[in-house]
Amino acid sequence: MTAAPLIEVEDLRIDLDDGAKHVAAVEGVSFRIDRGETFGLVGESGCGKSITALALIGLLRRPLSIGAGAIRFEGREIQGLSAAEQRALRGNRIAMIFQEPMTALNPVSPVGRQIAEMFVLHKGKSWREANQLAVEALANVRVPAPERRVKDYPHQLSGGMRQRVMIAIALACDPDLLIADEPTTALDVTVQAEIIELMRNLCAERGTAILMISHDLGLVANVCRRVGVMYAGRIVEERGSDDIFRAGAHPYTQGLVDSLPRLGSRAALGRSRLREIAGVVPAISDFPSGCRFNPRCAQATEICRTTVPETTWLGAGGLVRCHHHA
Amino acid sequence: MNLGTSAIIGGMLFVLAIFVGLFAPWLAHTDPVMGANLVNAEEPPSWIWWFGTDAQGRDIYSRVVHGARISLTVGIVSQLVNSVIGVTLGLTAGYWGGWWDDVVNGLTNVMLAIPSLIFALAIMAVLGPGLTSLLIALGLTNWSFTCRIARASTLSLKSQGYVQAARVLGYGDLRIMITQLLPNMIGPIIVIGTLGMGGAVLAEASLSFLGLGIRPPYPSWGSMLSEARDQITTAPWLSVFPGLAIFLTVLGLNLLGDGLRDVLDPQSRSRRT
Ligand SMILES: Nc1ncnc2c1ncn2[C@@H]1O[C@H](COP(=O)(O)OP(=O)(O)O)[C@@H](O)[C@H]1O
Ligand code: SF4
Ligand SMILES: [Mg+2]
Repeated sequence: MTAAPLIEVEDLRIDLDDGAKHVAAVEGVSFRIDRGETFGLVGESGCGKSITALALIGLLRRPLSIGAGAIRFEGREIQGLSAAEQRALRGNRIAMIFQEPMTALNPVSPVGRQIAEMFVLHKGKSWREANQLAVEALANVRVPAPERRVKDYPHQLSGGMRQRVMIAIALACDPDLLIADEPTTALDVTVQAEIIELMRNLCAERGTAILMISHDLGLVANVCRRVGVMYAGRIVEERGSDDIFRAGAHPYTQGLVDSLPRLGSRAALGRSRLREIAGVVPAISDFPSGCRFNPRCAQATEICRTTVPETTWLGAGGLVRCHHHA
Repeated sequence: MNLGTSAIIGGMLFVLAIFVGLFAPWLAHTDPVMGANLVNAEEPPSWIWWFGTDAQGRDIYSRVVHGARISLTVGIVSQLVNSVIGVTLGLTAGYWGGWWDDVVNGLTNVMLAIPSLIFALAIMAVLGPGLTSLLIALGLTNWSFTCRIARASTLSLKSQGYVQAARVLGYGDLRIMITQLLPNMIGPIIVIGTLGMGGAVLAEASLSFLGLGIRPPYPSWGSMLSEARDQITTAPWLSVFPGLAIFLTVLGLNLLGDGLRDVLDPQSRSRRT
């Protein structure tokens, strides 16, 4: 494809500046997502996934800010847009659903009204039309009896239903990109699968690109064609989803794969513990020098502690950043 | 007394006062100002003169009924002005923070340091007596509690998921304030407003009593008390009935405010659901 990608992140650095300290929370992050494509960002909690997503929609706020690099939506740099132009993108061309379906809906407003507000805000519809469209939007996310449900308040709905409403709001204006940040983490397992399936089908039908963010590699690889693995503010590997399971090249990726329960394995049946990666993600102020994974890596050598690994290009557009990659 | 009873009794008293004010011309027996007739001067309460008459022979019942119009107009309108000012300042200060927050905080502290009745008195002294001056004086001097509550609520609501979500969905600041913040703080604002309305009715009475508010012969409850001052022993009904009207209206608003607090308080609400 020669046209500009839908969204392109180039060498993004996010600074954390709390007056005393000035550190990079995310650095050298690059990826692109084409129209209708599905891309995942995976990594343990605290790796910088959510703040990267906020940067994409121009919503980083003090003490965080974009320190370097560029984010382009359809070739136009987001940072160059006025506040009003950015608002016109948000919710309209780029939508986002969050982790917390319990708190992301306004408790004192009927859900139908919250959906309708999107049509009024971004599409200039009258409230009468918007209310009609809200019923259709609820029907699209397979909520039964939508013409009655629109009058419900969030507390009258189950967690799964609320997340459906969130998806209806996010997809109301038919966005080009849907960012889903841990969209099912707060839901129980059976509901999770339904919600993911729904989101994937709706986006596939409409050609909506997905940026899926999760700590769960299995989930991300299931939804997305390509996956970027993030560790301590950097992307350490980017691969097609199939390759990442068969042949994860980075020790951190391999660790994530190994910690997944396999169908029918002893761990999945609850008879043994999963192999977890020992240690924790370092805090931003304590990032180690060299490869940031080195304190937790079994293959680490001297060079890992002193030198940041260069990018190595693998086949099929994959890349890895490790001195001793597989 | 449980919360329901208190709100219901208070609400009934307030609705009664509003009803009397609205239908005063039909409820009154005589014209409250022009209905003077020296033949009937200083009649005590009776079947003909329910609340008695004053030295000029005016029917006190008719004057109390008409007084409801003035007292409630002052109470409701001035408190609405206070609520609008307080919410606007508190909400924007909490939401935007920075220098604007400092300015609003400074202003609020000044307002809290000066007793609002003294402040209103000073404004009345400058503007002169009359209904408009009363509305201005009482409407501009009692917004500091509302402002504080609105600011504090905004600070705690700002980090809620649905406010963040609204930003992500492309809502502008004004839309966030109106759809996400205001409806979620309206409970305490209404409570403060109801109690403040009682305060405004009292303040009107005090200012009019001092001759700075509504001037005789127009019947506000305060101006009636003021006129009745000298006859409190000889013709007590002149003070008792307007006094009772003030007492019942303010009591009603306080009961209603307290009752609403229990109904609308988000904490007690979440406890029950
Ligand atoms: N508002 C903030 N102020 C300071 N630090 C923050 C803020 N938001 C996130 N961080 C820090 O940035 C890092 C990345 O956070 P985040 O993007 O939320 O991680 P993830 O989504 O991958 O779990 C974490 O170390 C977190 O503590
Ligand atoms: S660079 Fe070294 S420390 Fe980092 S992942 Fe590779 S082997 Fe491990
Ligand atoms: Mg996160």
